[in-house]
Amino acid sequence: MLVTKLDPKFKDEVSKVPGGQNIKRCFQCGTCNVGCPVREIEEKYNPRKIIRMTVLGMRERVLSSDFIWLCSACYTCQERCPQDVRIPEVMNALKNLAVKEGHIHSAFAKRVELVGTQGRLFPISQFDNTKRKELGLPQIPPENKEVQELFKSTGLNKLSNAGGE
Amino acid sequence: MKYAFFPGCLAPVMARQFELSSRKVAEKLGLELVDVEDFACCGFPIRSVDQETALLLAARNLSVADGLGLDICTICTGCASTLAETSKELMHNDALRKKVNEKLQKIGRIYKGNVKVKHFVRVLYEDVGPEKIKSQVKKSLGGLKLASHYGCHYLKPSDVFDKFEDPEFPRTLDELVSALGAETVDYEDKTQCCGGVILDVDDNIALAMAQRKLDHVNAAGANAIVLMCPLCGSMYDRNQRVIERRFNATYNLPILFYPQVLGLALGLDPKDLGLDMNRVKTSDLMSRLNL
Repeated sequence: MLVTKLDPKFKDEVSKVPGGQNIKRCFQCGTCNVGCPVREIEEKYNPRKIIRMTVLGMRERVLSSDFIWLCSACYTCQERCPQDVRIPEVMNALKNLAVKEGHIHSAFAKRVELVGTQGRLFPISQFDNTKRKELGLPQIPPENKEVQELFKSTGLNKLSNAGGE
Repeated sequence: MKYAFFPGCLAPVMARQFELSSRKVAEKLGLELVDVEDFACCGFPIRSVDQETALLLAARNLSVADGLGLDICTICTGCASTLAETSKELMHNDALRKKVNEKLQKIGRIYKGNVKVKHFVRVLYEDVGPEKIKSQVKKSLGGLKLASHYGCHYLKPSDVFDKFEDPEFPRTLDELVSALGAETVDYEDKTQCCGGVILDVDDNIALAMAQRKLDHVNAAGANAIVLMCPLCGSMYDRNQRVIERRFNATYNLPILFYPQVLGLALGLDPKDLGLDMNRVKTSDLMSRLNL
């Protein structure tokens, strides 16, 4: 990659997003990679490298990648990181920026749609409420107006309405 | 003790046996769980997309509990860590709370910052305690070898939970299982993640993560896994057949939610604990216990 294509301010941009504050502390020890259960299965998820690419300024490569979406949020790396980089939160910061650039993973677009319209990730069907009644469990309302209003107040409803585009 | 009960969105749909058994053992032990119709998504599923909205969703639930003057007890570990983290942030950061309240007021809510959040198993551990539970056991689970699986978000981020558990060497669930007379079995990579959070992102990776746990528990000779998170439960129980087919393996390993085993030991009817709703059949386990 040409040096001219690097964005040296990318790390500052990330450090201003909530969760990204400590990214510049990383000294590349790789403790995050060693304990990462996702990386154990799939090498393309490499948190150490994602942070390095970010600090180097590979903005477009990082934000348009599919690998930033693979963190399982287990927080093992966060507990062990000697520099308190808070890696899962850095990943959230990167993904939030990616969404603003129009790069949302389809699974997450679906999540936004479900939560934004029904107020929950796993919708309640009539069947579910019937089953619940049989078991003596309380009924659950199928939608939540307040959540819909909150989505409007932050503009996330637009992402939901557009089906993630 | 009295709590606002936060079942989350997964358990009521895909782990009703967990919700049912939690309610039954709470009743038996004198813990009052109040149903709250206004609770909705905790915010965790969309943190990756927009942290501001996620924070507002969490704060909204806290404000609902605040209005009732109750702390929150949840059976989902993801909800526990998300809500506990937000509770902590808003308790100590007045400027952030003010900003959040400006948005919440538009939907007629306000959060004063007083709600604490605990997972149901932590409530069992702290409010009831292994000793008291032991004294109430009617049917010892002696003879059963059980492998505890702590959901990631029951332990981590540890600073959110006031370090009540050790994220590397957790013990509370094991103590609660031992209190029932069962033998607890240690196994390789005990605190490893189930992969559930990325099942919808890449199911090959997620299911391979879950498979490792099943392998490790099998190798240790446990009769079942005991856990406390509906997502972990869905990975190991609902998806066990899928894992077996995809990786050409056989496990047939029962997956029990802690309130189910607790309920059995307290002498409750297996049907009231939803044991017939588990995907991997529990009949062999029941006959071991002469149930």
